[in-house]
Amino acid sequence: MATALETVEAYTGHEYKYGFYTDIETDTAPPGLDEDIVRFISAKKNEPEWLTEWRLQALRRFRDMEQPEWQKPEVGEIDLQAISYYSAPTQKEAPKSLDDIDPEIRRTYEKLGIPIEEQKMLAGVAVDYVFDSVSVATTFKAKLKELGIIFCSMSEAVHDHPELVRKYLGSVVPQGDNYFAALNSAVFSDGSFVYVPKGVRCPMELSTYFRINAAGTGQFERTLIIADEGSYVSYLEGCTAPQRDEHQLHAAVVELIALDDAEIKYSTVQNWYPGDHEGKGGVYNFVTKRGLCRGKRSKISWTQVETGSAITWKYPSCVLQGDDSIGEFYSVAVTNHKQQADTGTKMIHIGKNTRSRIVSKGISAGRADQTYRGLVRVLKGAEGARNYTQCDSMLIGDKCGAHTVPYIEVKNPSAKVEHEATTSKISDDQLFYCRARGISEEDAVALVVNGFCREVMDELPMEFAVEARKLLAISLEGSVG
Amino acid sequence: MLKITNLHARIEDEPEGEILKGLDLQVNPGEVHAIMGPNGSGKSTLAYILSGRDGYEVTEGSVSFEGDDLLEMEPEERAAAGVFLAFQYPIEIPGVANMYFLRTALNAIKKTRGEPEVDAATFMKMLRQHAEVVGVRSDLLKRDVNAGFSGGEKKRNEILQMAILQPKLAILDETDSGLDIDALRTVADGVNQLRSPDRGIVVITHYQRLLDYIVPDHVHVLVGGKIVRSGDKSLALELEEKGYGEALAAAGVASPEPALNA
Repeated sequence: MATALETVEAYTGHEYKYGFYTDIETDTAPPGLDEDIVRFISAKKNEPEWLTEWRLQALRRFRDMEQPEWQKPEVGEIDLQAISYYSAPTQKEAPKSLDDIDPEIRRTYEKLGIPIEEQKMLAGVAVDYVFDSVSVATTFKAKLKELGIIFCSMSEAVHDHPELVRKYLGSVVPQGDNYFAALNSAVFSDGSFVYVPKGVRCPMELSTYFRINAAGTGQFERTLIIADEGSYVSYLEGCTAPQRDEHQLHAAVVELIALDDAEIKYSTVQNWYPGDHEGKGGVYNFVTKRGLCRGKRSKISWTQVETGSAITWKYPSCVLQGDDSIGEFYSVAVTNHKQQADTGTKMIHIGKNTRSRIVSKGISAGRADQTYRGLVRVLKGAEGARNYTQCDSMLIGDKCGAHTVPYIEVKNPSAKVEHEATTSKISDDQLFYCRARGISEEDAVALVVNGFCREVMDELPMEFAVEARKLLAISLEGSVG
Repeated sequence: MLKITNLHARIEDEPEGEILKGLDLQVNPGEVHAIMGPNGSGKSTLAYILSGRDGYEVTEGSVSFEGDDLLEMEPEERAAAGVFLAFQYPIEIPGVANMYFLRTALNAIKKTRGEPEVDAATFMKMLRQHAEVVGVRSDLLKRDVNAGFSGGEKKRNEILQMAILQPKLAILDETDSGLDIDALRTVADGVNQLRSPDRGIVVITHYQRLLDYIVPDHVHVLVGGKIVRSGDKSLALELEEKGYGEALAAAGVASPEPALNA
């Protein structure tokens, strides 16, 4: 009978389920990054001049920056000239309805388990598909339109709602915020745009599915969500990529803005290709996600389940500007084999009586390495600010690592900040107990790990929680402990 | 149904110390066997080997369960075959609701046996009935598995699991330890309800008092890794009176242990 540790080694046969490649014609820009490419992208998308200029400005800023090295995972120099910054499925005319979408692309989504036909019917989930860099279709648009909710691709928003895009683009994550955000600002090709008008409660989950398909491309999507006064929206993104030997770069930017009494719930189930068991290939997931609680009593909640990517590097954050605003961060990150993750959050308390809550669960298996890095900053004017942080790590096997790096900066004496952290190993006793009751070893691991993550799983919208649980089990199949 | 022949076993990391040294035991359907012995006699080792826990090595002998080689089976296969161990120290599983755990276990066993799974409503009904019998409060069903349970609650929970899973062979490892007299009685009632002509029960205990409530058909004295004496329930009473000294001496093991309940 195998010990937990032996099982870690025994199960390494699991393969990435989403590693297929779709053979479709694409319109791909030559690799390389310069002003011409930026102009090319902008022209391809028929953008107004202000946006072209905005991109070029970002590119100039980007050129003065250097690839950061402070994070734990060793990334190595990424050759940005070798990447193609634009790849779109060729299509003579823009699709008018879902039926106009290339059947190959639709088959891809079916393989992913999200057939568009079915999604159309599915109760209350509107989906935006971003294939490589271009948004393919947005379902449910008409229904949302009745309520005044705008849910469309970023490219469409630029044309149809320029005043909103211009006002908010870069207002939360400025062009020069960081190296990868600057890169994104220069070359972003598409993404999702959401605007929920005053007092409207979005009746369904809005969802985007991202997929990198073409070889040698990066994906640089840009998402912008604005919840106007007293509105509510719940948004979910899912991500997969084909299996490739070379690394693929995913450098997205997500900006959320909540005005007075508005609430945004943003959930991510990230399952980019993690590379093979020796760490060959896999997606570099370097993403800047930030929400601004601009209004009083506004609330932004991030929930994320991260199981994929060779390297994950992101810190979904909340800037709590409005008085009495609330920021939340619930995260499960699973790293297996040679995956690395440096992830966490930032909670910036500016307004009075602002509150934040951080619950982070990290699971490391195989030879993976994981770091929680979090910042809680309470500014001088943030009278009565509160933060609670709970940070738990679970180790499976004895070749993986878990690190916790919490930064706390408090400039207001009335603030209350709590931090709790635990590190545990999945125990042979727990697994044996489950098995002695008839539960197989793999199911036992999934059960124990899901229990460990329950607080976070409970935050996910129901229909995605089921998927996330399965994903968690699949990600750990190779790793079990 | 269970036949243990000349079982020799040791802890994997300690090649010198053989714990079981030629143990023989046969349990037939409908029988309740009590295995009594002083600390360190190999009682818990026997329970763990029968349920398939890691860390023990069988060096000689065999264990067959309904004609199959039990030692060749994974723990979950043994559970599906109908072997149940009530743990001496039940394990906590944070974040997993007790009732969810039980239903997962029941359906895993059913699936392995090729039987239809039990739906949530049927399961709840069944769970409530059994919980009442073994005295498990309904709030404990919703709490995480064993987390924050008192010693008695943990033991009752084990008996509840047994009642739900309906094993063919139940092994109770020192289920009486840490129980006050009321809890002992409820636990014993729960076990007695499960007595049936087609079920074998092995009660492992240090003390006689549990056997006041679960009356065994056979009593065995385990000393120095072997069964040195077998008899009916009167043997338990005799042990209570005289302690294990005589049995230890007979096995050639010196022990300063005083008479039980002294």
